[in-house]
Amino acid sequence: MSFRARHLLGIEHLAPDEIRTILDLADQYVDLNRRTVKRTDALAGMTQINMFFENSTRTQSSFELAGKRLGADVMNMTMAQSSVKKGETLIDTALTLNAMHPDLLVVRHGASGAVNLLASKVNCAVLNAGDGRHEHPTQALLDALTIRRAKGRIQRLTVAICGDIAHSRVARSNLILLGKMENRVRLIGPPTLMPAGVAEFGCEVYDDMAAGLKDADVVMMLRLQKERMDGGFIPSEREYFHRFGLDAEKLAHAKPDAIVMHPGPMNRGVEIDGTIADDINRSVIQEQVEMGVAVRMACMDLLARNLRAERGRAATGVMV
Amino acid sequence: MTIYLENARLIDPEAGTETLGNIILDAGLIAVVGALSAPKGARIIDCGGKCLAPGIVDIGVKVGEPGERHKESFRSAGLAAAAGGVTTMIVRPDTDPALDTPEMLEFVTRRAAGASPVRIRHMAALTKGRAGREMTEIGFLLDAGAVAFTDCDHVVTDTKVLSRALTYARSLGALVIGHPQDPGLSVGAAVTTGKFASLRGLPGVSPMAERMCLDRDLALVEMTGVRWHADQITCARSLPPLERAKANGLDVTAGVSIHHLTLNDLDVGDYRTFFKVKPPLRDEQDRLAVVEAVASGLIDIISSMHTPQDEESKRLPFEDAASGAVALQTLLPAAMRLYHAGHIGLPQLFRAMALNPAKRLGLPQGRLAEGAPADLVLFDPDAPFVLDRFTLMSKSKNTPFDGQRMEGRVLATFVGGQQVFGPDQGEAA
Repeated sequence: MSFRARHLLGIEHLAPDEIRTILDLADQYVDLNRRTVKRTDALAGMTQINMFFENSTRTQSSFELAGKRLGADVMNMTMAQSSVKKGETLIDTALTLNAMHPDLLVVRHGASGAVNLLASKVNCAVLNAGDGRHEHPTQALLDALTIRRAKGRIQRLTVAICGDIAHSRVARSNLILLGKMENRVRLIGPPTLMPAGVAEFGCEVYDDMAAGLKDADVVMMLRLQKERMDGGFIPSEREYFHRFGLDAEKLAHAKPDAIVMHPGPMNRGVEIDGTIADDINRSVIQEQVEMGVAVRMACMDLLARNLRAERGRAATGVMV
Repeated sequence: MTIYLENARLIDPEAGTETLGNIILDAGLIAVVGALSAPKGARIIDCGGKCLAPGIVDIGVKVGEPGERHKESFRSAGLAAAAGGVTTMIVRPDTDPALDTPEMLEFVTRRAAGASPVRIRHMAALTKGRAGREMTEIGFLLDAGAVAFTDCDHVVTDTKVLSRALTYARSLGALVIGHPQDPGLSVGAAVTTGKFASLRGLPGVSPMAERMCLDRDLALVEMTGVRWHADQITCARSLPPLERAKANGLDVTAGVSIHHLTLNDLDVGDYRTFFKVKPPLRDEQDRLAVVEAVASGLIDIISSMHTPQDEESKRLPFEDAASGAVALQTLLPAAMRLYHAGHIGLPQLFRAMALNPAKRLGLPQGRLAEGAPADLVLFDPDAPFVLDRFTLMSKSKNTPFDGQRMEGRVLATFVGGQQVFGPDQGEAA
């Protein structure tokens, strides 16, 4: 098995081989999740704490379900309304939780790098469930699994990522993953929502949907945050939809069998037309949600194996 | 007491020379340069061929008095300065509350007196509360001993207010120090925009924010004729306007922090908050351009921009962490990196660290000449060490050089003819 990581903080530190290992194992969990009895004991006896400093329903429930199906004891902590309000620092919160001996810590935080900081202070495995505009590794992995299952491969594809790239951790993780797996990545969006220096990552940057979507195999739409719609970054919602919203006309520039993805939750009529989102021949948005649980199971399983091995070595005093 | 320093490599920033020789300190002054023998009764120090240079005059040191004495006091800053070869600290007014009245200036002057082994001079705020609305009592503050006026990193956004303050300062011959960073573009920025900022998902500011504000400030300097200094010029784009302003005869100088000369944006690495400074570290091209500008003399002054921060304000996610780094004690060894890399010679370095800042502030320090104050630093430019931040004398230990290999060790520091750092007897080397 070629997965050596202690934590899953980002795609940046994963080798292509490790990504493949996760996806292969996730494929098995997809099968398991489709059965009536969806339970293994991979994490039996282990404690998983979900710490969400930013509100999330989808990601948190996906992680919760993944942990429960693996047999872990799962605890959800909604940090937005807890000790943080009382002025406790992130590190103190981490140390407090660490003292309860969790085995897996799933963390989402609004500041880039916050999960890295936390991981440096605890003894358990940490999974990044999204930090600021930095990374959201499990999202990129579930997108990769969705693509691999739809297209039969995750190499030599042309993938267009469209919308608010600048504020998106999903875009960053996907960009890095798809690059590592040798795909051609295009970024499409208004220049106000494009991060500086992004062309140096080895992707192509477009501000025109027709040109950017030409012959794409995969079209990934990103969510546009409500607070960014009016005047600040773009003139208005309707102008954005007109120029960058995915509708049948724009999608026609992509390959005829191109798939459409969205990390959710969608703003129908802002970044994506409702009929495209519901088109079962093109849209794989529901599959993404399904793959999400399987990928998170695979990640936690692999991290737990490494954690057990590490603790075993420590207990027997084997030098590594 | 008379001190005879023999066998020293004398770094003369004025003449631009390095010569082996002896020097006599007497009555707080440099009495003889190039002496042939020790005067009777003098304490003799064999410098062992190590470098003797004018002590560093550091414009822009933050001391936490008043308001943040737990981060740095005059005493702790003074000890750090002595250990770092800084013989005059020019202290910033960005205290809490801001140093903006003559009464407060008298108060901190009293607090500083006797607390520090090195000289301390104070700067005052340009506007009340550094709020950018009303100018301070520039005349009274000058009388009370303020050497320059600055709102530090609070940029005065109202150009009407700024132009009046500059006009008024000009009538008194006061030096005003600006911080050229456009406040609008800089809002919320933690790093410089670019590939690295995008990869780390950190909010960035374009280096253009510096040039924009520099252009604005230079236009106001041209309009008012004030004596003006830019605290930190950190990117290539700012150099042509600076060069033009100087060529046009404006009374303008520029500085840069040692961190912008020796580190770049990639050093932030995995969200290391000790590398979060203001303005943020720039890319390698900018760093090299600025080093070149110091070597050519376009940028006049190197300073530490010493900004003590306690552990709590740095042990946070990068965006939330406080800006600033301590540097009084690492300024000289870090500057030696520029010397060892072949960018800048020692006389030139001490021109930027001692002679130019003293001249700009109208102080007699910074020279290795007979009759100049006996403020000197004896150092070994080649002595290697690995920096352990907990050995620093500052109360705050937020240095980006922690754990790094450095070359250049201060052996002894003299202020007004008195040794304030280094071994007491005999050979200092």
